[in-house]
Amino acid sequence: MSAGASQTGTNVLAGFAAARPGAVFAALLLGLVALACLFAPLIAPQDPFDLSSFDLLDAELPPVWQEGSDARFLLGTDAQGRDLFSAILYGTRISLLVGMLAVLIQAAIGVPSGLLAGYFGGRVDSLVTRAADIQLSLSTLMMAIIVMALFRAGLGGEALNRFAVPLLVLVIGLAEWPVFARTARASTLVEAAKDYVRAGRAVGSSDLAIVRRHILPNILSPLVVVATTQVAGAIMAEAALSFLGLGMPVTKPSLGTLIRSGYDLMFAGAWWVTVLPGLVLIGVLISVNVLGDALRDWLDPRRRVR
Amino acid sequence: MKAFAEGAVFIARRLAQALLVMLAILVIAFAVRTSLGDPLREIMGQAVPESERAQLRHELGLDAPWPVQLARYLGRAATGDLGTSIIYKRPTVAVVLAKFPASFELVLGASLIVLLLSVPGGVYSAVRPRGLGAKLILSVSVLGISVPVFLTGIFLITVFSVWLGWLPAFGRGETLDLGVWQTGLLTLDGLKHLILPAVTLSSIMLPLFIRLVRGAMLDELGHDYVRTAHAKGASPPRVWIVHALRNALLPLVAVGGLQVGTLIAYTLLTETVFQWPGMGFLFLEAVTRSDIPLITTYLVLVGLLFVITNTIVDLLSLMLDPRISLEGTR
Repeated sequence: MSAGASQTGTNVLAGFAAARPGAVFAALLLGLVALACLFAPLIAPQDPFDLSSFDLLDAELPPVWQEGSDARFLLGTDAQGRDLFSAILYGTRISLLVGMLAVLIQAAIGVPSGLLAGYFGGRVDSLVTRAADIQLSLSTLMMAIIVMALFRAGLGGEALNRFAVPLLVLVIGLAEWPVFARTARASTLVEAAKDYVRAGRAVGSSDLAIVRRHILPNILSPLVVVATTQVAGAIMAEAALSFLGLGMPVTKPSLGTLIRSGYDLMFAGAWWVTVLPGLVLIGVLISVNVLGDALRDWLDPRRRVR
Repeated sequence: MKAFAEGAVFIARRLAQALLVMLAILVIAFAVRTSLGDPLREIMGQAVPESERAQLRHELGLDAPWPVQLARYLGRAATGDLGTSIIYKRPTVAVVLAKFPASFELVLGASLIVLLLSVPGGVYSAVRPRGLGAKLILSVSVLGISVPVFLTGIFLITVFSVWLGWLPAFGRGETLDLGVWQTGLLTLDGLKHLILPAVTLSSIMLPLFIRLVRGAMLDELGHDYVRTAHAKGASPPRVWIVHALRNALLPLVAVGGLQVGTLIAYTLLTETVFQWPGMGFLFLEAVTRSDIPLITTYLVLVGLLFVITNTIVDLLSLMLDPRISLEGTR
C-alpha cells in the first residue's frame, strides 16, 4: 500500500491501522483496560478498599478454572479474602492514574522550559540544559526510591499511606521533566528558524504569542510520542516503588502492591495473587510501548519516506 | 609535554569536582539525620527520664548550634565514622560495607552476562539489519524493556525453582570467608544461587546495551574508513570487529557509566525479589525499621560509589578517545 501524501481524514487512521496491526491490537487492549478501570465501581463485584466486606474464610481461593474455587470470585482471592478481580480493576485504576498524572507534571514543567530554552537560546538555554543534565545524571528510579524511603522513615507508614498517591505523582513527575524539555527544545530550535516565525515577528506578534500559538502546535507530534513512552515508564516506576513497599499501601493496593503482597503466598501454592496482576501490568506496559513505537515511526517524517 | 600538563589539570579538576559533590551529599545526609533522627534513641532507647536525656544531650554536644554540629559530623565522616546503627548497635559504615561483597558479586555476574550477549547481539543486528535474527533480537528487547525487573525475577523463580526445582530461589547459599571479603563465587552452591538473580538483573540492562551497540555500530559502518577497509580486501568479520567495533565501543563506556544510578536501583529490586543479602536489602530493612543513621550511611556510600564510577568513566573516555578535547581546562 502507498503510505504517503494522499492520506487525509479517516484514511490516515485506516492507513495507520493497516500498516500496523500490532499497534491496533495494543490500542484496543488499552482502550478496553481504560474503560474497565473507569467503570470499576460498576463492574467490580466487591469494594477492595472496604476491609469489612471481606471474609477471612474466603482467603486464598483459586480462580474459577481451578479446583476448589468459588463461583463468586472470578480470579480467586488473596490472603485476606479480597476478591482478586475487583482488586486488579481498582489497582490498575490507581496505576494508570498515577502514571498519567505524573507524566502531566513532567510535561507541565518540561514543555514550557524546553520551548523557552529553544526559542530564546543564550542564558535561558544554558540554564535549562544544565539543570536537565544534572537531573538526568541522577537516576530517576533511584531518586524516587530515596525520596519515598525518607518520607516513610521520617513520617512513618501511617502518614505515608494517606498521602501515597500525591507523593508518588510528585516524585515520579518531578524526576523526569528533562525528557520533555529536551524534546521540546530540539524541536523548537528547528521551528524557530522557519519563515512563519519571522513573519509572526514582522507583523508584531509578541514572543509569547508566537511560542504558544505557532510553535507549540507544530512540535506536538514528537511530544505525543515522548508522552506515550513516559507513561509506560511512570507506571513501571510506580509498580517498582509499590513492590518495594515504598508506594501504595496494602489497604489501597496498586498493581505493584498486589504483586508484592501475593509474593509471600506464591510458595504456598497461591500463585494467582502475584501472577495475575503481574500479567495485567506487563500487558499494559507492552501495549503502551508498542503503541509508542508505532506512533514514532508513523509521525517521524524521515522514517515515513522509506 | 603540554598535553600531559593539560591532562593533569583536567584530572585535578575532575577530582576537585568529585570532592565537592561528596561534600554536598554529606551535608544532605546531615540535614536528614538531624531532622528525622533522634540520636539519643540510638544510644539509650525510649524509656529514659527527661532530665537524664537533657544531660546526655549536652554531653554529646547535641545542644550546640547546627553549624558546629555539621562541622563535627563532617570531621567524623572524614575519619570514616557516620554513626551507630539502631538495629545492629554497630558502626553503620561497617554494617553497610559488610554487605558490599554480595551486591558487588551480583552486579559482576549481571555485567558479565550483559557484556557477553550485548556485543555479539548488537554487532549482528547492525551488520544484518534486515535479517530475521535482527528482528528477533529487537522484538525480544522490546519485551525486556516492558517487563519490570521484579516480575522477571518472579517468573524465573516460578519456572526454575518452583516447577523444575533446578536452581535455588533465595539467598546467597554457601559462602567462603576470605578475611574481609565473603565470596559466593568459589563454591558450587554459591554459584548456583547467583544464576537466577544475575540473569534477572541483566535482563533489564541487556536490551538497552544491545540497542546501544547496534546504534553505535550502524553509525561506524556508515563511515568512509569502513568502505576503504572493505575495498582493500579485508574480510568482512575483520572489518566489523577490528575496525568498526573498536570505535563503536567508545561511546558505550560513557553511556554505560551514566547508568550506574539506574543499576543501583535495579540491584535493589533484584535483591528484594531474591532476598539477596546485599546493600539494597539492608537499606530497605533500615527503612522499614526507621534506622536513620543506617539509611543516611547507605545514601552517603552509594553516593560515593556513584561519584567514583563517574570519575573513572570520565578519565577512561579521556584515555580511550584521543579526540576528546580538554576544553574547560584553561
